[in-house]
Amino acid sequence: MAEYIKLIDVSKCTGCRGCQLACKQWNQQKAKQTVNYGTYQNPPDLQANTWTLIRFQEVEEKDTVKWLFRKDGCMHCTNAACVKVCPSGALHYTEVGTVGLNHELCIGCKECVSACPFNIPRYDRETDKVYKCDLCLSRIRADLIPACAKACPTGAITFGEKSAMIKKAHERVKELGGDANVYGDKFVGGTHVMYVLDEKPSVYEKLPKNPSVPITVTLWKDIMKPLSLLAAGGALAGSFLHYIIHGPKLPDEEQGQEPKGGE
Amino acid sequence: MTNHWIDIRNSDVILIMGSNPASNHPIAFKWITAAMEKGAKVICVDPRFTQSAAKAHIYAPLRSGTDIAFLGGMIRYIIENKLYFEEYVRNYTNATFLVNPEFKLPGDNNGVFSGLTDGKYDKATWSYQTEGDGRIKKDPTMQDPNCVFQLMKKHYSRYTPEVVNKITGTPVDKLIEIYKIYGSTGTPDRAGNELYAMGWTQHTVGTQNIRTMCIIQLLLGNMGIPGGGVAAMRGESNVQGSTDHGLLFHIWPGYLNTPKASLATLAAYNEKETPTTKEPNSLNWQKNKPKYVASFLRAMYGTNASLDEAYNLLPKIDDGANYSWLNLFDVMYKGKFTGFFAWGMNPACSGAHSNKVRQALTRLDWMVNVNLYDNETGSFWRGPGMDPKKIRTEVFMLPCAASIEKEGSIINSGRWNQWRYKAIDPPGVALPDGDICSEIYFKVKELYEKEGGPNMEAITKLSWNYGTKTFDGHYHFDPHSVAKEINGFFLEDKTVENPTKKGEFKEFKKGDPVPTFAWLQDDGSTSSGCWVYCGSYTDKNMSARRDGKKDPTGIGLYPEWAWAWPVNRRIIYNGASVDPSGKPWSAKKAVIKWVGDKWVGDVPDGVGDPGSGRPPFIMKPDGVASLFGPGLADGPFPEHYEPLECPVEKNFLSPQKSNPTIKRFDKPGVGSDVDVYSGIDSCDPKYPFICATYRISEHWQTGLQTRWCPWLSEMQPEMWCEMSKELAKERGISNGDKVIVSSPRGEVECVAIVTPRFKPFNINGNILHEVGIPWHFGWITTKDRQYNPGDKKAEVFTWGDAANLLVPTIGDANTTIPESKAFMVNVVKK
Repeated sequence: MAEYIKLIDVSKCTGCRGCQLACKQWNQQKAKQTVNYGTYQNPPDLQANTWTLIRFQEVEEKDTVKWLFRKDGCMHCTNAACVKVCPSGALHYTEVGTVGLNHELCIGCKECVSACPFNIPRYDRETDKVYKCDLCLSRIRADLIPACAKACPTGAITFGEKSAMIKKAHERVKELGGDANVYGDKFVGGTHVMYVLDEKPSVYEKLPKNPSVPITVTLWKDIMKPLSLLAAGGALAGSFLHYIIHGPKLPDEEQGQEPKGGE
Repeated sequence: MTNHWIDIRNSDVILIMGSNPASNHPIAFKWITAAMEKGAKVICVDPRFTQSAAKAHIYAPLRSGTDIAFLGGMIRYIIENKLYFEEYVRNYTNATFLVNPEFKLPGDNNGVFSGLTDGKYDKATWSYQTEGDGRIKKDPTMQDPNCVFQLMKKHYSRYTPEVVNKITGTPVDKLIEIYKIYGSTGTPDRAGNELYAMGWTQHTVGTQNIRTMCIIQLLLGNMGIPGGGVAAMRGESNVQGSTDHGLLFHIWPGYLNTPKASLATLAAYNEKETPTTKEPNSLNWQKNKPKYVASFLRAMYGTNASLDEAYNLLPKIDDGANYSWLNLFDVMYKGKFTGFFAWGMNPACSGAHSNKVRQALTRLDWMVNVNLYDNETGSFWRGPGMDPKKIRTEVFMLPCAASIEKEGSIINSGRWNQWRYKAIDPPGVALPDGDICSEIYFKVKELYEKEGGPNMEAITKLSWNYGTKTFDGHYHFDPHSVAKEINGFFLEDKTVENPTKKGEFKEFKKGDPVPTFAWLQDDGSTSSGCWVYCGSYTDKNMSARRDGKKDPTGIGLYPEWAWAWPVNRRIIYNGASVDPSGKPWSAKKAVIKWVGDKWVGDVPDGVGDPGSGRPPFIMKPDGVASLFGPGLADGPFPEHYEPLECPVEKNFLSPQKSNPTIKRFDKPGVGSDVDVYSGIDSCDPKYPFICATYRISEHWQTGLQTRWCPWLSEMQPEMWCEMSKELAKERGISNGDKVIVSSPRGEVECVAIVTPRFKPFNINGNILHEVGIPWHFGWITTKDRQYNPGDKKAEVFTWGDAANLLVPTIGDANTTIPESKAFMVNVVKK
């Protein structure tokens, strides 16, 4: 199969959050009780049951204000740190180039949580597994576009064959001019979710300027892991890997519920 | 809408003012985005920097309730800089008409038009000068000081950018920038569109807000062309349909006036309601009104009553009476109603001054709540501050089917009639509204037949061929039979002359559908439930069409998709898109073209054969659009008046502070003890901040359907109040704090959203603050209310009660829609 890309053109995003809801609906994720903590953004962050969300961000300039809406979620890297560190093979590359997550194989080691340069995977204590967007693989396989793209009323989220989408992204950036840029084609081997940003990447909260696979991951995976695999099976290697990188496993923190972030 | 949703993509300049489509009409932004991709400029004017503002090229703040000042300044700018489309104005508007020399403008008459006594205008001077034969005197050069154009110019000459700035708080350079860009659409090949919603209507000058924009659109020649028009974005998917079909008290279906009691006979009604004209070239389409009235009467009573009898049976309005929302609930509050049907409504949250509404419900003997869920209305007796033991109202809950649980039609903002199919059965004992309505009808009829009663034939003689009674005794309502009746049919065999081709006749059999409203008859031989829908259900259900995706004009009319009223016309007033010789003003913006011996493109509107001299606005008796509009209650030209409750001591344009023709409920003998206002004559320091209510993407209306949806409540769980950093600092409020927003009518707890998107206004040197609150919340889905066994609990609770608890009982002078977009409040940290 060809490689596919989801392009998020933030210049066209109105913050209606149809995508956020469509994601929950298609993936049948139960809603959680929330509170308003002084922003439109809710839930406050990605969660085990929230694989995508619109980040609402106010940028004050001299006499004006900008209100940025950025849909956050898995970037589906070509060189994905999460796949690299995943000891059980739960995280894997799919036939369309995206990063799939097989929950039957996930052992809840949270290696991916630490390794992801975009801070995407979320661990759920109840199921002892990690969750993230799989770009609606079941839909793609059924020749349907991802639920978020389907729900988007303005065409801010589109989905298509890689080269065509990259071309489209660059054309749009040219049209927009100013600080507009394509985000996603220049690092981690290229991502399968790309942005057209109206502002420089550094302006956006929680968006790394130069994301890369952490050096510890590269060191371990490409140099030491082949050795370790000789010694132990997947699960054991996972624990060992965790110990090497982070030390002993600590009590789980409740993720994504802290009343911060957002605007 | 004069145009339709897709047509927004044809605009060169889009003015978003009085609305926030990015939040509230998200799909509209599909077409706004499409226009932007083609180079359109988007302007957003709003008190607060909204999601729409975030996408606009230009944003300008404006203090709530000052839109006429802003737009009046634009009219001045357009005239002063000669940006208007002169030929269009001269030929297609009443700019050339000479007005009665006795007529006085507010600038020369202490802020009011001539003829005001006791809050009501005698419109004798709002008239035209006439020739001996009754024709209106005109000055084609538009130089006569009494011609409409010169009067308008004089009237708005007072609206200088400096004065407008003093009133609106919009910086002068922003005003000029916007006037210039919007004014650029006055050329034939450019089009400007305006998108409004409740931000314009919910004011004491709501109707005039929209009138001001109509004047601008006419001056710029933007009416009747692709990408032009005035777009009323409706707040509910079928609200266009409900007004078309006579939901409001003052109109019958098809915008025929409800008869007044003084019009005792059908002949008297027709005589009064049918306009005449002395203008030789004017078609005056409304001369056909008696045909539509007769056909409507037939739709109501069939042949069970003669036309005269049918007219007599229908209810009349007492002369001068007003049965709109605020008045009805005022009467209910005074204990003058026995019973009440709350049908698909939640007045305990949606009604202005909800505390008054909730109290009014306690004074009923009975109430029937027809709805999908129990709501704040059905359970008002156990709501905040209520003592169930002291409330006598007996409440009946009739669960009904949701839109996807029944078949029927909806009419969108672009006047498209679209057929919808049933997707699933309604749950439990819930029934479609048509079934419920029919069951009630047959029971009431039976009681009348058994027991008699006043005006009983009004019920017993109704024709009700809308379905069948099955063996279980249940009446199954058939939406197709109603749709066919709305279209209309012949009640007898008849040969009729083709209304558009003299000498050609067509034979109809009894029961044949009427092809279009031009074929309707005034003698009782045709029936039609709503004349503007004639043609919607002929040999087939036109609104169910989903197969034709052809777009022959290339401007997105899609004439074979669904059906638009009237006569499947997609852009109304399109007769004004061609010059008097019949040539499109712009080849690029052509809607209709004369090819060979006929018009092609959209269904032509009002236009005669090329060069016929017929003015195209045929629904107006004189055939032209009204820059001077004497039909409204509060003036033939819009004039800026302050909201009833406002933070300024005076109107900077005149000594008349608020609209002189509104009905104040605090006057002796008018409203009630709870109808109190803040700071009318002088500002009240107890309520120093302006407040507006609005909507958000995640919830809908009073939230009745959305607050029960966990995914939506998860995204917007709590009532909030948006405010500037400056105001928050002044009041010691931090982002996320709980605050109390209060007005003289009540208070609401909110979460503070402290944001740079709200800025204080500088109004003539004074710093004024405005805050905003969404109106979707209510106590029924909260956690801390009392739950009885069996009560449904929301999966995700919401917090907070209705914004309308704060809104005053004051309405627009023409429509009485409440002023929810500009009233005064206080905000304190809880």
